Amino acid sequence: MRPIRVLVAKPGLDGHDRGAKVVAAALRDAGMEVIYTGLHQTPEMIATAAIQEDVDVVGLSILSGAHMTLIPRVLDLLRADGRDDILVTGGGIIPREDMDALEARGTGRLFGPGTPTSELVDYIHDWFEARESQTA
Amino acid sequence: MTTAEMLELDRLREEVAQWRARFDAAKKRNALFANSGDVVDPVYTALDIAGDGSALELPGEYPFTRGIHATGYRGKLWTMRQFAGFGTAPETNARYKYLLSHGQTGLSVAFDFPTLMGYDSDHPRSEGEVGKCGVAISSLADMETLFEGIPLDKVSTSMTINGPAVILFAFYVAAAEKQGVNLKELRGTIQNDILKEYMAQHAWVYPIEPALRLIVDNFAWSAEHVPLWNTISISGYHIREAGATAAQELAFTLADGFTYVERGLARGLDVDDFAPRLSFFWDIHNDFFEEIAKLRAARRIWARHLKERFGAKDPRSLIMRFHSQTAGVTLTAQQPMNNVVRVAYQAMAAVLGGTQSLHTNSMDETLALPTEQAVQVALRTQQVLAYETGVPNVADPLGGSYYVEALTDKLEQEAEALFEQIAEVGGVVHGLETGWLQRKIAESSSRQQWEIEQHRRTIVGVNEFVTEEGELTIPLLKVSEAAEREQRARMAQMRASRDNGLVESRLTALREASRTDANLMPCILDCARAYCTLYEIRAAMEEVFGAYREPVFF
Repeated sequence: MRPIRVLVAKPGLDGHDRGAKVVAAALRDAGMEVIYTGLHQTPEMIATAAIQEDVDVVGLSILSGAHMTLIPRVLDLLRADGRDDILVTGGGIIPREDMDALEARGTGRLFGPGTPTSELVDYIHDWFEARESQTA
Repeated sequence: MTTAEMLELDRLREEVAQWRARFDAAKKRNALFANSGDVVDPVYTALDIAGDGSALELPGEYPFTRGIHATGYRGKLWTMRQFAGFGTAPETNARYKYLLSHGQTGLSVAFDFPTLMGYDSDHPRSEGEVGKCGVAISSLADMETLFEGIPLDKVSTSMTINGPAVILFAFYVAAAEKQGVNLKELRGTIQNDILKEYMAQHAWVYPIEPALRLIVDNFAWSAEHVPLWNTISISGYHIREAGATAAQELAFTLADGFTYVERGLARGLDVDDFAPRLSFFWDIHNDFFEEIAKLRAARRIWARHLKERFGAKDPRSLIMRFHSQTAGVTLTAQQPMNNVVRVAYQAMAAVLGGTQSLHTNSMDETLALPTEQAVQVALRTQQVLAYETGVPNVADPLGGSYYVEALTDKLEQEAEALFEQIAEVGGVVHGLETGWLQRKIAESSSRQQWEIEQHRRTIVGVNEFVTEEGELTIPLLKVSEAAEREQRARMAQMRASRDNGLVESRLTALREASRTDANLMPCILDCARAYCTLYEIRAAMEEVFGAYREPVFF
């Protein structure tokens, strides 16, 4: 099976990249091809990068409280380009009820502080296998 | 040391060796420092501090290991300063009045991300972020509202702002002028520590060199006009939060401090004219004794370097005054009530380490901005410490402890070794440009995560003592979406009511001055007085200075 391609992205103005970098390194160590955008990205920059880099997964890290604006926008931009096959997942300081609302809007699972990186790796692997078996 | 004392130490050395053999043969667990991974010795004795001179030191005396005041906390307690800000200026103004009425003794402004990055609330990049992580301040008008009814000569105000720090400082000075306050009485601090932004916190605007120029401009201007103002708060907090160990936090922060001193000297300033207004900011993590030792070592290193390396003569240049905050990164979303306990221990370490002011985190901060109730518990934690425990009664009560003194020496040595490594990579600025410093921090962060996932390090409620029943929930603060709309409306009103001709001419003057070596503070202050907005002022300088581009890696 080819390696899973993941874009780890930091939307918005928040500068907290410890989580994003730890996750990016963990996904890479788990055999995925990981691209990290760096900080202060707009949803447009992220969607463009995801499409150009032909990734399977976009992982968004937000700790600024702007998740209800920025995450749906990334989702909409990918859909507008016909790329609803890309999994949009992520995490940060996001209250449970907001996670529920975002998941209902079409994101994959969102993860809070204290999540072991192995849980993210398993989640992405499982999602990828399920998608591949559908398209096969 | 007398011959008799040396013979006693020799006897002790033999006894310790015998004890060590018994210890090594026994069944026991290993202990590591909270985030360096170094092994902790099982006992410390007079051997560990023999000849280090600690027995002869007093509080309030050089090199100030034991604190900067001879009176400890008997003369003055630490300032209880809770960092706060959310939504619009009127909402945060109400929160400040609430905190002051509950016995808080200083203010600390948390700005939202657009403000931290130098964007106005009505800038497209601010969408969705206005008022979310702090208060939105886009011009003098917002700053006037933020402190409406709070006399600026009576409170000390700390402002966590870096990339556009001089601009927000100019808004504050202009607001004080409008209140009729004598600027010589303005007390407070702007964080203004851009080096740690590139290293860890990432709220930058300009490239490193022009950013350093603005900081030195502010040192020079403030020494003359606002002599009681702390022009910088050289911060380890964010470096530690990003993953650094205690020794890295200590060394990288002090290295930043030395870099600012060098830049001030290079400008031709006298070290004793600006060094007394440099202040520091430390993160207080979980390892109780290591944190206390870190604070003691920090004071000693700063005093020694300022005296011996930079030739400072004024005792006020040698003393390190600092703010502390309990470590946000140690709080857990799981079983959030446990955070109250973590914060209480960390607060006690800060006080035993001799902090001048303290923010205690609220239990709910891994989930959202804190509620008023959560903030109150955090503030009460400090009040219990101050008034019930007896901890502040004696200056440096752990001075003379074999363990704490030896640990203070160890951290000092580790910091000196890291200063050498930084010099080898070409200094702080070059170490940032190449990403060497950022990589060091990222490596420590990855190692800590790995240790937690491998259960080599216990985090209560996260990887051990996990509760199987549903998550304990606590009430959370919701920042209303109305804040952004209200703030945009306030901006529109302000833009319509100001003298736009004056705005243009002041911005032009700033742009022109940016091309010269002139001190930019007077021009920035003139822009603030004319109600130029944060982004307008930022952009005027950016045309000349350009923008910072980070080295991206993971």
